[in-house]
Amino acid sequence: MDLSAINPVLLVASLMVAATPLLLAAVGELVVEKAGVLNLGVEGMMIVGAISGFAISVETGSPLVGLVAAMIGGAVLSLLFAFLTQVALANQVASGLALTLFGLGLSALMGQSYVGIKPPAMARLDIPVLSDLPVIGPILFSHDPVLYIGIALTAGVWALLKYSRAGLILRAVGESHDAAHALGYNVIRVRVLAIMFGGACAGLGGAYISLIRVPQWTEGMTAGIGWIALALVVFASWKPWRVLLGAYLFGGINVLQLNLQAAGIAIPVEYLAMSPYLITILVLVIMSADKSRAPASLGRTFHASQ
Amino acid sequence: MTAKLLSISGLTKAYPGVVANDNVSFDIGESEVHALLGENGAGKSTLVKMIYGLVKPDSGTMTWKGQPFTPAEPKAARAAGVAMVFQHFSLFDALKVSENVALGMENPPPMGDLARRIRRVSETYGLPLDPNRVVGDLSAGERQRVEIIRCLLQDPKLLIMDEPTSVLTPQEVEILFKTLNKLKAEGTSILYISHKLEEIRTLCDHATILRLGKNVGECVPAETSAREMAELMVGDTLQTPTRTTDKTGEVVLDVSGLSLEPSNPFGTRLKNIHFTVRAGEILGLGGVAGNGQDELLAALSGETLTWKDAIKVNGKEVANLGPNARRRMGILAAPEERLGHAAAPDMSLTENALLTGAIREKLTAKGFVNWSATTTFAEKVIKAFDVRTPGPHVAARALSGGNLQKFVIGREVLQRPEVLIVNQPTWGVDAAAAAAIRQALLDLAAQGAAIVVISQDLDELMEISDRFGALNEGRLSDIRPAAGLTIDEIGLMMGGAHGMEVAHVGEDA
Repeated sequence: MDLSAINPVLLVASLMVAATPLLLAAVGELVVEKAGVLNLGVEGMMIVGAISGFAISVETGSPLVGLVAAMIGGAVLSLLFAFLTQVALANQVASGLALTLFGLGLSALMGQSYVGIKPPAMARLDIPVLSDLPVIGPILFSHDPVLYIGIALTAGVWALLKYSRAGLILRAVGESHDAAHALGYNVIRVRVLAIMFGGACAGLGGAYISLIRVPQWTEGMTAGIGWIALALVVFASWKPWRVLLGAYLFGGINVLQLNLQAAGIAIPVEYLAMSPYLITILVLVIMSADKSRAPASLGRTFHASQ
Repeated sequence: MTAKLLSISGLTKAYPGVVANDNVSFDIGESEVHALLGENGAGKSTLVKMIYGLVKPDSGTMTWKGQPFTPAEPKAARAAGVAMVFQHFSLFDALKVSENVALGMENPPPMGDLARRIRRVSETYGLPLDPNRVVGDLSAGERQRVEIIRCLLQDPKLLIMDEPTSVLTPQEVEILFKTLNKLKAEGTSILYISHKLEEIRTLCDHATILRLGKNVGECVPAETSAREMAELMVGDTLQTPTRTTDKTGEVVLDVSGLSLEPSNPFGTRLKNIHFTVRAGEILGLGGVAGNGQDELLAALSGETLTWKDAIKVNGKEVANLGPNARRRMGILAAPEERLGHAAAPDMSLTENALLTGAIREKLTAKGFVNWSATTTFAEKVIKAFDVRTPGPHVAARALSGGNLQKFVIGREVLQRPEVLIVNQPTWGVDAAAAAAIRQALLDLAAQGAAIVVISQDLDELMEISDRFGALNEGRLSDIRPAAGLTIDEIGLMMGGAHGMEVAHVGEDA
């Protein structure tokens, strides 16, 4: 065992990379749930985003176009969920599960001819001077742009929910759709937009895995990150900054346990592999012991009767 | 009469199976308080929803200050100057007062300005309110203030109020009426929906009466007696409940020193409650909702267990016994919430009859259900209490509120209880059905049962109870004979106007 092989600077830098897909998907789902919709299809939207982004960036040669395509792919798939639950008034839990299964199958079909191909690389940020600083440089200033988008998105969602009128209406719809309807707000429209936003975020998160983190395409490569994102939103008490904290904690322990495995530490691999899930959930459960609670209309079907 | 603000002519709206409004016409003048009277299901709510743009009329026209008025959505109605205080509050519990107000406005100012304007308006109209509090923590009266202030900030020309006083203490009603009169003096018209006739007589200039969706008459409330208005609403002469005897017997129910921690964080703590009820007596317990009514019912019915000597029935300690053990002893209860508490919404009336009647009516044997006996019992309740339903196989959810209320009260009354505890027995029930339920309670008392009626309808309590007490923040006032109590005394027993006691909130620690 050789712990000195673990470089703390690289560890921090890579935990941020590991956390970003989770962060993107979870922040998107947070907005959806704040609007009172429970979309369990995050995993499906991520994997469809992953293959959409991968395929388009291979075909066009531009990772940027690929990322936009991933967001569109996730959003289009989420529209299916929106149609089922908001127009056809289907059960949200069943529709979300179906969306995940459908997304996994669809992505396998779409990705058949892309297995083993290397996508065009995404340029990393390279700021003169700042990126060359010791310690701070590799941690803060030399990542890919999507990682910064993830952090900016968290801040943006937080500010939008807390300070803007649009955020207030979104929270109101999630809190009591009947009251929001009585005041003349279009509940269905708000929810469909929120679902599409969630889909786009999940798609971007998926493409981050297939284009930047791995980068290649394999079937089922999101490997349950979508489910972790769902759990993270709940354990983070629907608060954006806690989602960020949880995502980084999860990413950090994941990277650490991989490093420990590589260093040959005398703990069975299975325990190391389960540690990110256990520790993240434990920390967030302890933190969510305060008064905060779920949006009151979460998961309830809205029908404008009377 | 002054100039017309809104005139409605020939308004009709049909839903599948019912005509909610059938050719309704009336006018509202400027600076007029206009009452809209009617039973449940008479079409009052549908009518105001059409004025507020939530529902589109099938035919008919509305004219606003001489112009055609067809609001496609509430936004358009608000822009014209219509504001509405809803019957079921349209508030968001988890949001702050200022956020709730902002959601009801077209172009809200920044939050800081809005908070200042809320403070200013609330002081001007004598409705104290802190914009930074979370609505979920407010009392019913304070919640209503949030709705009223939300309307006032938009300078409405017409303020629609849907049953505003049902949740207020008499003192709070007085404050509300002062506010409304001030608004009227400033030129605002008010459309006031209620079935409390005495209130309408003191407040309103003009009244339109609806029955089964039709306009069946108009009157000037100050010149019409409450009885005449009630008979116009019902379309029939009204039976006033009568009591046949005033004989009371031994003490049956004896509650002493009942204290209870609430089971949920928004509940009320019961604090050292004492009272007794004799056989043949009805004890009425008033008080604004959320002052311990639900907790008291739970403790008396056996849903919540306490120290065994806190509640005695015929000298036996029962407070540590569950509901079924108490049912065996003849202690029955009907809680307030019909769907989900008194009845299981998706189960049939037969199954619901079984749920509380199994023990006393012997509907089960050796663990098996005797369905034919259960159906017979359910049919007996339906017949005796005139429950309007196709039959006992219908799901509880499918019944209207009033009909289901008759069923859940009847189900307990027909089990010949020795002690019966009911919470809000006639809530949301129309006048004729309410009279029938009250009569059934009086008859049951005449047969020697001890009855506790918890209600927020003071008129009801005065009508049927022998003695009266009020719950306030989990405490019970002194119990006094109901006959001869004045409305002021009752109001003080209920804790007065809630907004006036901000200063001593901390004392109940």
